[in-house]
Parts: sequence; C-alpha cells; structure tokens
Amino acid sequence: MNRADLHAPVEGAQNEVLVRLEGIGKVFPGVVANDDISLEVRRGQVHCLLGENGAGKSTLISILAGMQQPDSGHIEINGARVAISSPRVAMDHGIGVVYQHTTLIPTLTVLENLMLGDTGRLPLDRKGAMKRLKEVSAKLGADINPNALAGDLGLGQQQQVEIAKAMWQGSKVLILDEPTSMLTPQAIAELEESVNRLKAEGLAVIFITHKLREAYAIGDCVTVLRGGRMAAYISPEELSQYDEEAAKKRILEAMFGDDIDNVSADQAEELAGATRAGQDHDADAAASRPVVLELRGVSSHAGRMEIGIEDVSIAVHAGEVLGIAGIDGHGQSALAETIAGQRSAQKGAVLFEGREVTKLGVRARQRLGLRYVTDDRLHEGIVGDLSVAVNLVLKRIGQAPFWKRGQINRSAVQAEAAERIAEYEIRTPGADTRAGTLSGGNIQKILLARELSHDPKVVVFHKPTYGLDLKTVHRVREAVRRFAAEGGAALLISTDLDELVELSDRIAVISKGRIVGEVANDSSGTSERVGELMTGSTREPSLA
Amino acid sequence: MTEAILVAFLIGTIAAGMPLMLAALGETIGEQSGVLNLGIEGIMLIGGYFGFVAVLMTQSFWLGLLVGTLAGVASSLIMLVLSVWLGLNQIVVGIAITLAGSGITSVLHTQNYGSTNPRLGLDTPWKIPFLSDIPVVGPSIFSQPGMFTVALLIAAAVAWWLHKTNPGLRLRAAGQKPASLDAAGGSVLRTRSLAVLAGGAFSGLGGAYLALLSTGAFTPFMTHGLGYIAIVVTMLARGRISWVVVASLVYGASVAVGTAIQLTNINLPNDVIKMLPFIIVMITLIVFARSAYIPPALAVPYTRGAR
Repeated sequence: MNRADLHAPVEGAQNEVLVRLEGIGKVFPGVVANDDISLEVRRGQVHCLLGENGAGKSTLISILAGMQQPDSGHIEINGARVAISSPRVAMDHGIGVVYQHTTLIPTLTVLENLMLGDTGRLPLDRKGAMKRLKEVSAKLGADINPNALAGDLGLGQQQQVEIAKAMWQGSKVLILDEPTSMLTPQAIAELEESVNRLKAEGLAVIFITHKLREAYAIGDCVTVLRGGRMAAYISPEELSQYDEEAAKKRILEAMFGDDIDNVSADQAEELAGATRAGQDHDADAAASRPVVLELRGVSSHAGRMEIGIEDVSIAVHAGEVLGIAGIDGHGQSALAETIAGQRSAQKGAVLFEGREVTKLGVRARQRLGLRYVTDDRLHEGIVGDLSVAVNLVLKRIGQAPFWKRGQINRSAVQAEAAERIAEYEIRTPGADTRAGTLSGGNIQKILLARELSHDPKVVVFHKPTYGLDLKTVHRVREAVRRFAAEGGAALLISTDLDELVELSDRIAVISKGRIVGEVANDSSGTSERVGELMTGSTREPSLA
Repeated sequence: MTEAILVAFLIGTIAAGMPLMLAALGETIGEQSGVLNLGIEGIMLIGGYFGFVAVLMTQSFWLGLLVGTLAGVASSLIMLVLSVWLGLNQIVVGIAITLAGSGITSVLHTQNYGSTNPRLGLDTPWKIPFLSDIPVVGPSIFSQPGMFTVALLIAAAVAWWLHKTNPGLRLRAAGQKPASLDAAGGSVLRTRSLAVLAGGAFSGLGGAYLALLSTGAFTPFMTHGLGYIAIVVTMLARGRISWVVVASLVYGASVAVGTAIQLTNINLPNDVIKMLPFIIVMITLIVFARSAYIPPALAVPYTRGAR
C-alpha cells in the first residue's frame, strides 16, 4: 500500500491533543529512567516511541498506565492536569495498555479475561460482555471466539484479545508496547491493519517498537528516547518528507547519537531490523561438509506447561547455522534439552559426529564439545549467588585444571575468568562479583563465554538475544556467525524471524513438537515462507 | 448388613466429612487467590476450642459455631498481616500458626477443663418432614443438625461466588496472574486479604463443626492432621467445589467404614481400622497426585512491577 494513502489525515478527527506529558522525570536507585520527557498524543495519530532497551520506554509507559508515579513533571488529559495514581485511574481516563508480556490468563476463557476489569454488579454479566465483544471486534476487524481458553489461542489472536481488552472500557488512547516482537509476518500485517482501523475510528495510538521498519510503516510521528532523555521528535510533517531510508537514518542517528560513527552501515541496517535474505555462503558448500549433529526420529516427553517433541529428524553440518523457527512453546525447550542431554529421548537417536550419544549424560556430551546456551539464562544458565568466575567454569566442576583432587584451584579459575571477561567484554566490577547482580546482557555474555570456549563443536543457541539491548544483540549474533564461520555447527532456536533469516543457512519450522518443513535461506521471501509454515497446518481463522 | 449399621455408617460419613469439607472450602478460597495457608490445622483447633467454650457458656450450638467462625477469622489475621501485607514466607507463617494454634488450645483446655472434661451432648436435629421417615436415610441424612444443611448451602454459594461473580473472577485471577489483575484495575492485596479472611472463617467453622457436632467435645490436638488432608483435597480439587464435596465425603466414608465394621462381627484389629482413612488418602494421592494442580502464583507475594 502506498504510504501517502495510509498516512493521509483521518477525516473527521481534528487531531486534537488527547494526552500531553510535560517534563516527566523518574529516578530509580542508581538509574535515571526518565529525564524531562515531554510528548503529545493526538486523536487519529499513531505516535511511535523508539529506543534501545533501558532507554526509558517501559518506565514512561508504566507512568502513563498508573503502575509508577513520576518524580517530576505532570500529565494532562484533554487539557486538564491529572494524577494517574493507579491502573484503575488510567482506565477511567480512557488509557488502555497492551503490555509487552501478555497479561492474559491462560486458564481463563477469552470472555473471562475481558471481564476481569469489570466492576458493576455482583454476578458476571456474560450477555453484556458478549455484546461488547462484538462491538470491539468489529472495530478491530478481528473474529474472536469468546469461549476459547486464552492459552489455546495463537499469538496473533492473543494479541488481538489483548487489544480488545485494552479497549474494553472504551479507551481513547491505546498503548502498544512492542506488540510485534513475537508475531509472524502475517500476524504483523493483520496487526497493522487493526491499528489503522483504530486510527480511523479516532483513537490515539502510542506504538512502542525497536524496529525502524515498523516505526516508518505504522507511525505518523516518532519520538526517540536515549538514556532516559528525549533524543528526537520527528513531526508528521517532517516524517512525510522522508523516504524509508532517510527516515531510518534520521532515527538511527537519534538512537545512537555520537556512537553512530562506530556503527557500520551494515550493522545499522541490521539494528534497523531489516529482513535481509540471502546468505553469503553457498548452501551447497555447507551440505557437502560433514554432518556433526544429527537427530533421527527423536521423541521426548513434555515438560511442565510445554509440549514435547515427536519424531524429529534434523542434521546440522559443520560450518552452518540451522535455524529453528516456531511459535513459542511448540517444543523448542524439549528439542534443545534433548540435544543437550538434560532430557532423555524416548525414541530415536542423537548422533554426534556419527557416534550415537543418546544415552550419554550432559557432562559427557559437554566434554565431547556439544554445548547448550539456554534461554532461561537467569535461573538455568547461572547460579546468581555464585561469583562470575565460578559461573564461567560451572559446567566443568570437578575437572582439571580448575579442580584438583576435589579441591577448587583458585588461581586457575581466576586466570580463566580474567581471560574470558576480557575476551567477551563482560562488564562486571570484578571476577568475584555475584553473577546475579549483572545485567541480562552481561549474563548472556557469561553463558556465551562458557559454552564457546574449550573446543565447542556443536552449540545449541536457544533464543540467544531475547530481551537484550541492541548492542548486545549485535554482539551475540556476531558470536553465532563467527562460531559457524570457524567451522562449528550451530543450531539456532529463536522466535525472532528477522534474526533467523539474518543468521541461518536453512530454517526448519517446529510446530506442535514436530518439524513441519524446512526452507533454504537463499532468496528473498524466506520469512514469508517460514511464516506460512508456522501457521500453515494449524491456520488460525482469518482475522482480517 | 443391618439397618442400624448402615445408619451408623451414613452418620459417621457426614460427621467426619463435613468438617473436612468446610476446611477445604476455606483452603480453596485462599489457594485460588494465591495464598497457601498451612495454618489451617491450627485455625481449626482454635475455631473448635472457642466454639466449644461458647457452647458451654451459652448452651447455644449456633452461637458456638459463630464464635468458632470468628475465632478462625481472628487467627487468620496473622496470615493476612505477615504474609499478604508484608510478604513474609507463607509456608513459615502457616506452620507457625499451626504450632501456635495447637499449643494455645491444648494449654487452655488443660488449664480450664483438664480435670472435668465436659461434654456437650447432642444438638437438636432438624428433622425434615416426610424425608426423615424413610428407613436408613431418614434417621441418618435427613435428621442432621441444621448446620449440615447450612454447610451444603455454603458449598453451593462458594461455587457460585468463584465462578459466576465479578469478585470471584478477580479472586481466581489473583492466584493465576496477579499482575494481570493489577493491570486490569483490581486490587491484588484487597482480593487476597478478603480471601484469607474468608478462608479462616470456613476453617474455623470446620473446626467448630468437628468439636461441637461431630465429636461433642473438644480435646487437645483433636484434628489429627485433618487440616493437612484439607490441603490435599484442595490441591486435588483444583478449585472445583463439587470435587471438594465428593472428596470430603469419600474421606468421611473411609472413617465411617471403620466405625461400622466395629459394629459387625468382623474381627479387625483396631489399629487397622484407624489406619484406613490414611491408607485411602495415600492411595488417592498415588493415583491422582499427578493431576494435582497449583495456581501459578500460589505462595508468591505480589509486588507491583517486580518481574
């Protein structure tokens, strides 16, 4: 669709200011989360809010939603100063929020989830709620089954229910906090359509994202935050003058400021979240290299709250990255843990360099060079109360040279720690600092340093960049790429399609614990084809 | 089997099952809201003791049951303040309440009634017209104290409240995902506070039922782990009130079978008979424990904004 059509002023809406933030400041112990931030939200406009993790987006939103109180500044709604002291007050002012992490309760039905904010009389008003749901879904252009359990819905539909929930009390301002981070391209398109419909209805939308592409495609105006401060405001007039490239460049400059010089054009493009298909290396070359890791018809049991895997057969060659795409919770954990040896396979065989390792435990596989970078870095990846140094050798407990005759060899551990901390630029006050006190990005660096050292041959990366800031994301992706370039075999499990397309040679799709297809990542349109496979057999009812 | 034995069996089933049902209803309300109250054993004893004292003083069973309920509410205030408001570990606080409750009541009982050991006698039953004339079920089920009918009504009311009302929905949300309730404008603290008080009320009432109606006297430590069995029933029932009722009656029947057997000629050692309910609980656990379900936010204090 033509951008000019999409962004034409909405008829009937006078674009009056609905919400005005003036000089908002918020300080947490040791961090200035928000510093003198001012912005306006107008009727019939999509205001995009961009910034890295830690730039203060979430804090600003939780202030607007009544979850936090600002230390300075004030909020005006319809020209009147208000204090948003609780989520209830925010709702009464017509502010609806779709949080980044789902707030739907999986064990309740869609209707029950929607009615959660109702007050009114004692008995649940199901009839009234059904009527209201009809109105809201007509506005959204979504078809929502009220009696399905929220946990049974696909992510795209869950997102629609979240929006319906945010609009339930007749919201005038809708805040969407990184709504696309877990969605397939198809679901993102549907979401964009819904947002445009709402805009046409005269709602004001605040759209938070870190993907420049989306900011340009959906936003009428853009505010960029950096380090808690406003780095730039791009007005609708200014934005409409730019083409996509110019807009991205302008936003990137604002996001990284002086650092932009250190970010190469390539990196910038990648930070911008562009879908870049077509890997440089030759797919045939990878196929001719030896298979390092192979799964033959492997099945393993379900874990708690998640399904297992069924008859999975995959092969990873030396020097290639095999991506595993899929909606979260479709057996990814079972797959990763079965390869790592943390979960036993009921059927089939796991082969490492042609040798069967199905019966080997975690430690034996670790020694062979089969490594696992877990997605649960905080709980499974490290022991928070132990030092960074010990965490770096956590998987070598009892082994020489770090342990001698059952005793820890402090100097060897310290030397190893110093080397890894320098190599991976782990930002820690010292090697003896408790690992749990570090930031998520630095914890991930500990995991990478541990798994990628001492001769790794196969590494399973499980959602390695989830929840990290852009610079660490870049570093992690670089580590994956370098590992494969040096001849390692990488299995990359991710829910971020852009990441998979950027790094993988091939992408296999997992759905309900089965591998439903594989796409060679050699031409454009990879993410669309993967998206089709992800929803394919279990296609959700049309939302548009 | 003779009619007398059947009547004794049914009466025994109700006498043993009702206190458990009331306590498990209370525990269900607490657990659904995300508060695990391990103090239920102590709360039952406190409810039982003070209900007992009230009947001794006033001769009114209804007043005794009311006092037992209020004593349950009062003792659950500890849980409310320490665990819900201040976020202390619910398991530690719960065990403390159980220990304190059993200690205090046994000391008070020994001090005041240790030498006399008074008994209460029987509450006048509500004989339901016509139905109470039916053989077997008439003199057993339809000639129970009025509290029996009230207890069943309470169970129905709790089921309706949990699943068909706005506050009930909020209560379940508090146990599943408190942050969602908060974001939806509900108050997690308020919801959980009220749930803890209601749970304490029903547990206290259950203890009073046990002392006043099932046993006719208070004796120290008389619950013998009934509070813990209530927790087991709650976990197996997963918030379904009909399961709470059925599981409680099954437990009651396993106790009553022992009593009934003693009336027959079957020669079973007394110890085996006393073991029966526990064996049945263990078998039930082995069979069903896999499906036991705990609300995700159970025993996790809620702090806004914490992840």
